[in-house]
Amino acid sequence: MKPFTRLDGLVAPLDRANVDTDAIIPKQFLKSIKRSGFGPYAFDEWRYLDHGEPGMDCSARPLNPDFVLNQARYQGASVLLARENFGCGSSREHAPWALEDYGFRAIIAPSFADIFFNNCFKNGVLPIVLKAEIVDKLFRETADAEGYRLTVDLAAQTVTTPSGEAFAFDVDPERKHRLLNGLDDISLTLKFTDQIQAYEARRKGEAPWLFA
Amino acid sequence: MSARTLFDKLWDSHVVHVEPDGTALLYIDRQLVHEVTSPQAFEGMKMNGRKPWRLASLLATPDHNIPTADRDKGIADPVSRTQVETLDANCAEFGITEFGMNDPRQGIVHVIGPEQGFTQPGMTIVCGDSHTSTHGAFGALAFGIGTSEVEHVLATQCLWQKKAKTMQVRVEGELKFGVTAKDIALAVIGRIGTAGGTGYAVEFAGSAIRALSMEGRMTLCNMAIEAGARAGMVAVDEKTVAYMRGRPYAPKGEQFEQAATYWRSLVSDAGAAFDAVLELDAAGIKPQVTWGTSPEMVVPVDGRVPDPAHAPNAVKKSDWERALAYMGLSANTPIDQINVDKVFIGSCTNSRIEDLREAAKVASWAVAQNRKVAGNVKLAMVVPGSGLVKAQAEAEGLDKLFTAAGFEWRDPGCSMCLAMNADRLEPGERCASTSNRNFEGRQGQGGRTHLVSPAMAAAAAVFGHFVDIRVLANEVMQ
Ligand code: SF4
Repeated sequence: MKPFTRLDGLVAPLDRANVDTDAIIPKQFLKSIKRSGFGPYAFDEWRYLDHGEPGMDCSARPLNPDFVLNQARYQGASVLLARENFGCGSSREHAPWALEDYGFRAIIAPSFADIFFNNCFKNGVLPIVLKAEIVDKLFRETADAEGYRLTVDLAAQTVTTPSGEAFAFDVDPERKHRLLNGLDDISLTLKFTDQIQAYEARRKGEAPWLFA
Repeated sequence: MSARTLFDKLWDSHVVHVEPDGTALLYIDRQLVHEVTSPQAFEGMKMNGRKPWRLASLLATPDHNIPTADRDKGIADPVSRTQVETLDANCAEFGITEFGMNDPRQGIVHVIGPEQGFTQPGMTIVCGDSHTSTHGAFGALAFGIGTSEVEHVLATQCLWQKKAKTMQVRVEGELKFGVTAKDIALAVIGRIGTAGGTGYAVEFAGSAIRALSMEGRMTLCNMAIEAGARAGMVAVDEKTVAYMRGRPYAPKGEQFEQAATYWRSLVSDAGAAFDAVLELDAAGIKPQVTWGTSPEMVVPVDGRVPDPAHAPNAVKKSDWERALAYMGLSANTPIDQINVDKVFIGSCTNSRIEDLREAAKVASWAVAQNRKVAGNVKLAMVVPGSGLVKAQAEAEGLDKLFTAAGFEWRDPGCSMCLAMNADRLEPGERCASTSNRNFEGRQGQGGRTHLVSPAMAAAAAVFGHFVDIRVLANEVMQ
């Protein structure tokens, strides 16, 4: 996994609540057996005027001029500003894969859906929860100033605006450590092999049918 | 020891290790695997030369991409076919039990787990699928995970988890005739919203929940994720124990009795404290119909499409306006005046035998009245949740009732719940669906989904528009 330390990125606003994983990456793209290449299909139904299918060359497809991420001023954005309950719906990890492949490394919202939030951390994408009033303010500032950027510092747990105003955010120490260092969960867990085996041995005594 | 909730008991019995910040390494008893969220996990296993930690904890089946007709001809879409073949190949390579496409036991993961007795009380159960919450109906801790975690559980039998908060949703009293677990689920989501359960493990309790069958409890826990909850669950009672008896993967003989004794302890202790409690009066719940593009956009069937002018705040107002435009509805339209183009009875929410029986009552009534699926309805399809549900329904003659009334009787799978196979809505088509998500494009790009119970969906098929099943109940639901 790519480590995440500090990001100074252009901000793109997606001003709707309850953006679901079907919207982030529609189901036809879930047929892929790969982990990469989903970026061109992120928000496919909102982003293009035609119907997208896996394997399509998106450079030739008609863009929806009304979709905010298609505006010239937001090209190259790496911070996504969103509303409450972002990422609700399915467990598809294709959603963070698509956002990461699109170029987003941080997502700021007042709240996230649980599984999506979790999946982001596994893919080097940092979901940041800020109070609704702060998110509101960031939406306003993004709209008002073309080229608006935010600096996200994971070690310091702050989001800083161009005027120098800094907002603190929470992150679990364990997750922070893994993200800062780009650590692979599985190899870390396998260090607990003895504990896992001891648990199994004990549990087998209590509830043998679980291991039948 | 102080009084513990069901969730506390399930959690405590699975903790392998706890980090100083409270993150726990949790042991996972079962993982269900399907074709969509597993290929990249298997690929990771192969790249790192890893083997599954415990093969007996795994059960796989293809469901999302599977055709529901002409299965003997194989899967026409080459991309879907590759995904299903990849699952077959991975299961063969790693030695994982798989109910393949043509196995009579194949079906939707969340239907076959309980049906096989693979899902058991007291277990931790995961799957790369958000509706894994379904299995909580058995007094298990069950939740959906992403593909990285699918790989993590394959390799280590564990997951890193932060303990969720607990919420009790207590539904007391008796449901009115024609009102089902699906309506309770939608009513709860309508009350607390799609983020209302975020961060919580929800236990459904109260006399109305006790009165539900295991099928009904599964429907309810299935939809817990639509309220944002990490997991839904129902305490074990004699119905749970009776359901388990004789299932292929359930413990046998003396071990069953030993297990059952343990299972009966899987209830919240008297006086156990929840972080939040929601109470609902069962008698006050009416049949529910969603009108928008989120399951929280729901009203009773005798209601009207809401008016954005009365939305509680600006964000909601624009959400409602956008939803109405997408759904092609105007504010204040009575729900029972909305016509439908297609009807889908199926999905892991409502494709079990009891669901099909409820829908078949409407079909049977229609046949007796010399009625059929209404002329404006282009397709009304019934998709059983598994091969065994299908066989059971056929043994009861339900398929004959459906086809006589003009419904199509299909092979098991996810089908038009998310339209990854050939079953889908065309742009602008309106569907009465027993599935769980009415998101934009969920059942096909531009498709318009209204979530309802099985009997409500069947009635919409026969009338061509939504009808209040309670009005028909005395005649139909005998
Ligand atoms: S039936 Fe629908 S919700 Fe259930 S597992 Fe299949 S696609 Fe997901």
